[in-house]
Amino acid sequence: MNSVGEACTDLKREYDQCFNRWFAEKFLKGDRSGDPCTETFRRYQRCVQKAIKEKDIPVDGVDFMGPNKDKPES
Amino acid sequence: MVKYFCCAGLLKNTWDQVCVAYWQRYPNPYSNHVLTEDIVFREVTPTNCLISRRLLTKTSRAPRWMERYLPKHMASSAYIIEDSIVDPQKRTMTTLTWNISHARLMSVEERCEYRINPENGSWTEIKREAWISSNVYGLSRAIQEFGLARFKTSVTKTMKGFEYVLAKMQALGYDKPVPVTGGHLCEDTSQLKWWVDHKRPELGSGACSSLPAHVTLSILYLCIISVFTRDLREEWPSVALSAIK
Repeated sequence: MNSVGEACTDLKREYDQCFNRWFAEKFLKGDRSGDPCTETFRRYQRCVQKAIKEKDIPVDGVDFMGPNKDKPES
Repeated sequence: MVKYFCCAGLLKNTWDQVCVAYWQRYPNPYSNHVLTEDIVFREVTPTNCLISRRLLTKTSRAPRWMERYLPKHMASSAYIIEDSIVDPQKRTMTTLTWNISHARLMSVEERCEYRINPENGSWTEIKREAWISSNVYGLSRAIQEFGLARFKTSVTKTMKGFEYVLAKMQALGYDKPVPVTGGHLCEDTSQLKWWVDHKRPELGSGACSSLPAHVTLSILYLCIISVFTRDLREEWPSVALSAIK
């Protein structure tokens, strides 16, 4: 899958491979020994956050799970 | 006024497998409308929950007969945010997805909860809720109905995409991540896609059925008329357009 920043796709795939392995083999099994993907995530984030700013994508300032507060069921 | 929708889904895979598949479901043969996918925030909380924010870009192409009526500057893609919390202790995953572009015209928010099926510990149940709203004066109801019809179609694609990725994971052995391939369709898609389309027809029916055809056509007619009103010339609900191509 491509990244929104064309130059970030390789960094994204490198991070995804690391994350998917850690998620399945460590995180879900309750292993809290630490995240081996910190560095590769940092490199990927530097690239993608720059791309988001350049494309003016309004991601900032949006609360986590924000829109779901006080939702009516009708 | 907000349109509310709720439905349930079932995947005959364990909760762990579904969570692993969740992060690997793009691309799949049912997600051609998803152009890009990025994690823009991720953290493990002090209570050992994984919280993430995913940014997606999806197509918003109008059908050809409508394109000539639309302004040239209209954005050709829509941005969607997907927040999630994975709790490995409680074995639950909660996701919230909403569009951050074209929201004034139509806003679609979807909340899902993935839990172990109480009747079969090897299966995963999904409770899905959606809130669809529009602020366009005089047309909000028609747009909301349209958005709801489009949402139900997208739920079918989502479930088929899940089934596809889970089948691929099973073929590889569940302990191996699905290989990260190119930006286009995965290789060897035809057989798996055939299986999902023919062996799991229930994924296209059940609790999430479509609007009757005459209702859908009426809503389409209203949307055609709305092209000539000033409000909708400024913006267009990209998520609705991609449903009627």
